[in-house]
Amino acid sequence: MTVSQTSFGSHEPVLDVKNLTVKYIGDTRSTTAVDNVSFSIGAGEVFGLAGESGCGKSTIANSIMRLLKDPANVAAGSISFGGKDVLAMSQDELRRFRWQDVAMVFQSAMNSLNPVLTIGEQVADIFTTHAGYSRKESLRRAAQLLELVRIDPARLKSYPHQLSGGMRQRAVIAMAVALKPSLLILDEPTTALDVVVQQEIMAQIKDLQRELGFSVLFITHDMSLMVELSHRMAVMYGGRIVETAKAHDIYTTPRHPYTQALMGAFPPLTGPRVPLTGLPEGVKFHNIPDLAEVAPGHFVAPFDADAEAGVLEGAAQ
Amino acid sequence: MSHAVHSPARPSVSTQTPALEVHGLGKTFHIGGLFSSQAVRALHRVDLTIGRGEIVALVGESGSGKSTLARCVARLEKPSEGAILLDGIDVLKRDRFQASRTFRSQLQMVFQDPFGSLNAAHRIEHFLRRSLTIHGKGGTGQGSEAQTRRRLEELMTTVGLQADMLDSYPHELSGGQRQRVAIARALAVEPQVILADEPTSMLDVSVRIGVLNLMRKLRDEQGISMLYITHDLASARYLADRTAVMFAGEIVEEGESLDLLANPAHPYTQLLVSAVPDPARAGSYDPVHRARLRQAVMASTACAFEDDPHQRCSSEEPVRHQVGDPRNGHWVRCHLYRPGAGAGGHALATEPLPEPQPAA
Repeated sequence: MTVSQTSFGSHEPVLDVKNLTVKYIGDTRSTTAVDNVSFSIGAGEVFGLAGESGCGKSTIANSIMRLLKDPANVAAGSISFGGKDVLAMSQDELRRFRWQDVAMVFQSAMNSLNPVLTIGEQVADIFTTHAGYSRKESLRRAAQLLELVRIDPARLKSYPHQLSGGMRQRAVIAMAVALKPSLLILDEPTTALDVVVQQEIMAQIKDLQRELGFSVLFITHDMSLMVELSHRMAVMYGGRIVETAKAHDIYTTPRHPYTQALMGAFPPLTGPRVPLTGLPEGVKFHNIPDLAEVAPGHFVAPFDADAEAGVLEGAAQ
Repeated sequence: MSHAVHSPARPSVSTQTPALEVHGLGKTFHIGGLFSSQAVRALHRVDLTIGRGEIVALVGESGSGKSTLARCVARLEKPSEGAILLDGIDVLKRDRFQASRTFRSQLQMVFQDPFGSLNAAHRIEHFLRRSLTIHGKGGTGQGSEAQTRRRLEELMTTVGLQADMLDSYPHELSGGQRQRVAIARALAVEPQVILADEPTSMLDVSVRIGVLNLMRKLRDEQGISMLYITHDLASARYLADRTAVMFAGEIVEEGESLDLLANPAHPYTQLLVSAVPDPARAGSYDPVHRARLRQAVMASTACAFEDDPHQRCSSEEPVRHQVGDPRNGHWVRCHLYRPGAGAGGHALATEPLPEPQPAA
């Protein structure tokens, strides 16, 4: 039994990340990719993590899955999943933890399917390896799983190259939820897909989430997509969280200048055509302080309004 | 168009002739083995006109034929039928077997992936210098090196890069910077048309707007016409004067960008617009509505213009209906007419439908 199913409805968080710091340690210098970040995800909650490339979003996801490789390592902080310390798990425990408790869909995951095995073989493999079902039973379940994401079970016999990008991505999502994990990590699940397919996949993730009740850590740089899907979200910059609140609150009243800039980087679909400046390249904020609560449930890193707005404006020219 | 900026560099060319015209372009790919007679119709009777100094966006889902159109126009792919007029001259007749250097100096392409389109073994200077040399824009005779150098630096400044980056290798640049180099390389030959195939989709959010602004600046300052291919409707609206919607290898709707996206007339365009995430209408994703739109695209039985005595409907001929104010040049293909391409598109294939019979 997984954690979310036993504790569903309680306020016990499924995932609790506290003061996480991840450093990439080189011979001559080291970089802090994630700097003292804390957040938690409740049962059945969709939590979004937004920010541009290099802000540390994926590093957080990889730390949760314990996938960090040298030279990256967790310098401080704790990650607990359903009360268990993830950072202290042994290899055997990790084997169960990954996929069964926490599953992850990587960026351009559709290219991670094995090109020489059929979809059916790859999906059935999860059940034979992790759940110990017979081959026949595994294939039957694989067919059910594909139906869940609206792919014709006849496609079990297809090879990955015979499916479209969107279908492959849906197959990968189906594989991720195969063992009914209590947390699903989606790292830019729709970046390589066009807008129609993206919408279909997001709708399907929503449906699956409602049906199976797992929690989601959703990583993307597309603010509008995130606001649509997430309950709560956090905006990251330079390894720090600069703002966290209910998704809708961030959408209606973004308070940190970086959040405002990130939202302004997308041209709108309605209203007059106004010139946008986007985000300037390079580092704009330094020494971001810890979050402070400015409204119930709305935390923002304190900033010097005039100075930083000036920095953003100046750099945009 | 309000943006009819004339190129000061080419005063001799008549401003009446559009920069690029595509007439009845078709492309069929044969699939299967050597003896197979199966084919996929990727493009069918595409007409598209790009005026001088105009930016036209071509939108549609993946697999709708956008890139095939660009590749045919760029002569990377041989069209099965139709004509491509550049400056009023039919280039398929002029250079029958492959694109000539003249053609390449008039039309350039910017590709989607700036990580793949720049050879990692060369410095940035190499890419730009090569374009200049091949097309003889580097200057000749005495002092040509100084002239070339000046031109290289000027190109870098135009696209918003530091001149000292000429000595960098591609891996030292960010995605946005690389795409700017790719644009500079296209600019080096002083083209009049640039085809940009999803130039921002691989870039980080923070630099996308910068690249779009650069493209607009080039149009405003140098009068370069552009075909901007994208699946991002919001960016098409932001950048392009006109937008054309492509579905299953045919253009089904075209018009002034703001007008087209505010009043989409074709069910396929409505489907595309409804797929754009927009928190302002959160929760509006309505599967029933979308299924109805899909049905209307694949097997429509009614056309919104049926009762209009001035506009004839036809399920056989691709009739164009005019939408709204004629000044917006907004037209939509008769809903009764269904593009008969082999591939119906992903968006329409994802949910089980009462099996539509696509015409062969």
